[in-house]
Amino acid sequence: MSGALGKDLLGLEHLSADQIRLILDTAEPFKEVSERAIKKVPALRGKTIVNLFFEASTRTRISFEFAEKRLSADTVNVAASGSSVVKGETLVDTARNLEAMRIDMVVMRHGSSGAAKFLADRIVSSVINAGDGKHEHPTQGLLDLLTIRDHRPIAGTKVCIVGDVLHSRVARSNIWGLLKLGAEVAVCGPQSLLPLGIEALGVRVFRRVEEAIAWADVINVLRLQLERMQTGYIPSVREYYRVFGVTMERLERAPRDLLIMHPGPMNRGVEIDSRVADGPHSVILNQVTNGVAVRMAVLYLLAGGNPELAEAAKGAPDR
Amino acid sequence: MRPILLRGARVLDPANGRDEVADLLFAGGLVKAVGRGLGVPDGAEILDGTGLVAAPGLVDLHAHLREPGREDVETIATGARAAAAGGFTSVCAMPNTDPVTDNQAAVGFIVRQAGLAGFARVYPIGAVSVGQKGEQLAEFGELVAAGAVAVSDDGRAVATAHLMRTALEYARTFDIPVIDHCEDVTLSHGGAMHEGLTSTRLGLKGIPRSAEDVVVARDIALAELTGGHVHFAHVSTAGAVAMIREAKARGLRVSAEVTPHHFTLTDAACEGYETNAKMNPPLREAADVAALQAALADGTIDCIATDHAPHHYDAKEAEFDNAPFGVVGLETALALALTELVGPGVLTLPQLVERMSARPAAVAHLPGGSLRPGDPADVVVFAPSAEWTVDPSRFFSKSRNTPFGGRRLRGVVQWTIVGGRVVHAAGDRPDAPNRSAR
Repeated sequence: MSGALGKDLLGLEHLSADQIRLILDTAEPFKEVSERAIKKVPALRGKTIVNLFFEASTRTRISFEFAEKRLSADTVNVAASGSSVVKGETLVDTARNLEAMRIDMVVMRHGSSGAAKFLADRIVSSVINAGDGKHEHPTQGLLDLLTIRDHRPIAGTKVCIVGDVLHSRVARSNIWGLLKLGAEVAVCGPQSLLPLGIEALGVRVFRRVEEAIAWADVINVLRLQLERMQTGYIPSVREYYRVFGVTMERLERAPRDLLIMHPGPMNRGVEIDSRVADGPHSVILNQVTNGVAVRMAVLYLLAGGNPELAEAAKGAPDR
Repeated sequence: MRPILLRGARVLDPANGRDEVADLLFAGGLVKAVGRGLGVPDGAEILDGTGLVAAPGLVDLHAHLREPGREDVETIATGARAAAAGGFTSVCAMPNTDPVTDNQAAVGFIVRQAGLAGFARVYPIGAVSVGQKGEQLAEFGELVAAGAVAVSDDGRAVATAHLMRTALEYARTFDIPVIDHCEDVTLSHGGAMHEGLTSTRLGLKGIPRSAEDVVVARDIALAELTGGHVHFAHVSTAGAVAMIREAKARGLRVSAEVTPHHFTLTDAACEGYETNAKMNPPLREAADVAALQAALADGTIDCIATDHAPHHYDAKEAEFDNAPFGVVGLETALALALTELVGPGVLTLPQLVERMSARPAAVAHLPGGSLRPGDPADVVVFAPSAEWTVDPSRFFSKSRNTPFGGRRLRGVVQWTIVGGRVVHAAGDRPDAPNRSAR
């Protein structure tokens, strides 16, 4: 069951611009399904999908589950706590056991970079990476692209990712996706939270958030994990907000209106000011809505769905 | 034991300035004679060395033989057998076993097991600190009396500058090197590979070069303070090379080794989350590889050591973060060096032989590295240009964790002779390991 995307979706680094556009284009007709009174189409009827979450997740897990159910797939959720993983099972054995149950797809969130590829190399079923360590979170990258595209053409748009880029899989997927679709990309944060050699990916680096805001059309604000203080990457939350917080005062000095994005969950008053998060330029909830459509598109395409038939696959709207 | 006459090999004995086609006669465990047209003593076994190189047996200063503690991945016997297959006649066993080799009984156990196995000679390295905990000095005097040839807390650095200072001072009494694995764990903590563009792309926590460099700098300062002998294990960075070069120029007692994987591979080998390319120190970048090769050529780095680190298949069959560090190396070291260093002209063949025999022997004051009459008959005989493909399933080691599987290499060991006895012959198979021992 390999279609235009191949067997798996592990990241955006190795997708072509055309493949990324195909997913975004396929997501468009699926947006409408979620607006119906009866939010269900038969595209994945009879397919079995396991949502395997080794790390806690609310938004991504629920978003995948809605996407699967709205496509009529049969789904099972496995969380790490209460599963065989806490009993010491290795990922190889977990993979083999899933395979033995003849499932069609696995959606996996895992704390180790490369875990999705590890699984994909060992099972015949499709694997969708729902976040692997600090590596990639491709569906988040895709929903961010779709959200930008709803407002402006991606090519030529200046996007700055602000915050803990070092530990962020969201940042990496965004960087690959944006660069492939012709956006200009920058990152901004304390140098202790920026990966070594990030410029070599074709990314600008701003050390001051004011400069980033003056440059950008879109600001994508990353969540600051509070544990970064204990491990000595930054002195305090208070200081972080003071130096790198995306605040209304800073945005008011921007030369143009900026689109404000955040992958969630937000730390209000840490990386982002509540007035910004709830303000007129915030598209944070549009991102969440688009998340379901993008994941439906990915599931549909990986299951071998014909992109031209995505509209028809939805069936007649129930009114 | 029958005498052995090796006829017509190119005898390469850099320690004695010899490089000529000659015969070698071994009897009573020693080199009996070197020269052309030697007569055949009664009952001697004759080996035809035509087209082959005969050199002092290789000496490895750095191997993990895992016994006691992890006999499922290697034992002293299988490790010593793997060493023989790789042309090594002497191998030094690191003390990070379970329990740690930090007392005379543990050292004696290794010596005894090696004697029973009867392949390569095994020299134990004792721990610097009790339990390798970095607190209290181990009893060097008893360790040395039982057979230890050096001390190291390998697997980690000697924990504090003060402990390193006292270790260097105390080791002077016994004239043994303190071998340091240079790694500042506050910089490397949680790291899985070299910190650079590849780690950024793969989303893996990086180990910066400076994690090694700051400890090398510390140890050089302490070598100067104490007059002790620091031997730097598995040097991986261009920065460490520069500091060691400068320290040697100042006449300090420092020596260094490099592993075949560090002079051959870069961090690109980790692409695809290849756990067989996960080692500590990590594979670095092309500039570091170039610096390591240049340092071997100019003598800044004294010798090649394997850091042979066997791991179970299951352990490497894991997420990159969760896989252990280390690769096996005894059975590929000579061929990698011949292919990657002698082939492109980084080292001449005599230089390579010296850096794998006489030089490492000198660092730890071991016998070997020389083929003068009266020396131990520890010899490697190899075909320097013969090609083969690395097939981990045919290793004598119990473990298979190598990034070089499938690689085409030049240099095949024909015979390995320890104490006048052939302990490995080309064509020996691991499923019949004692065939050549006679």
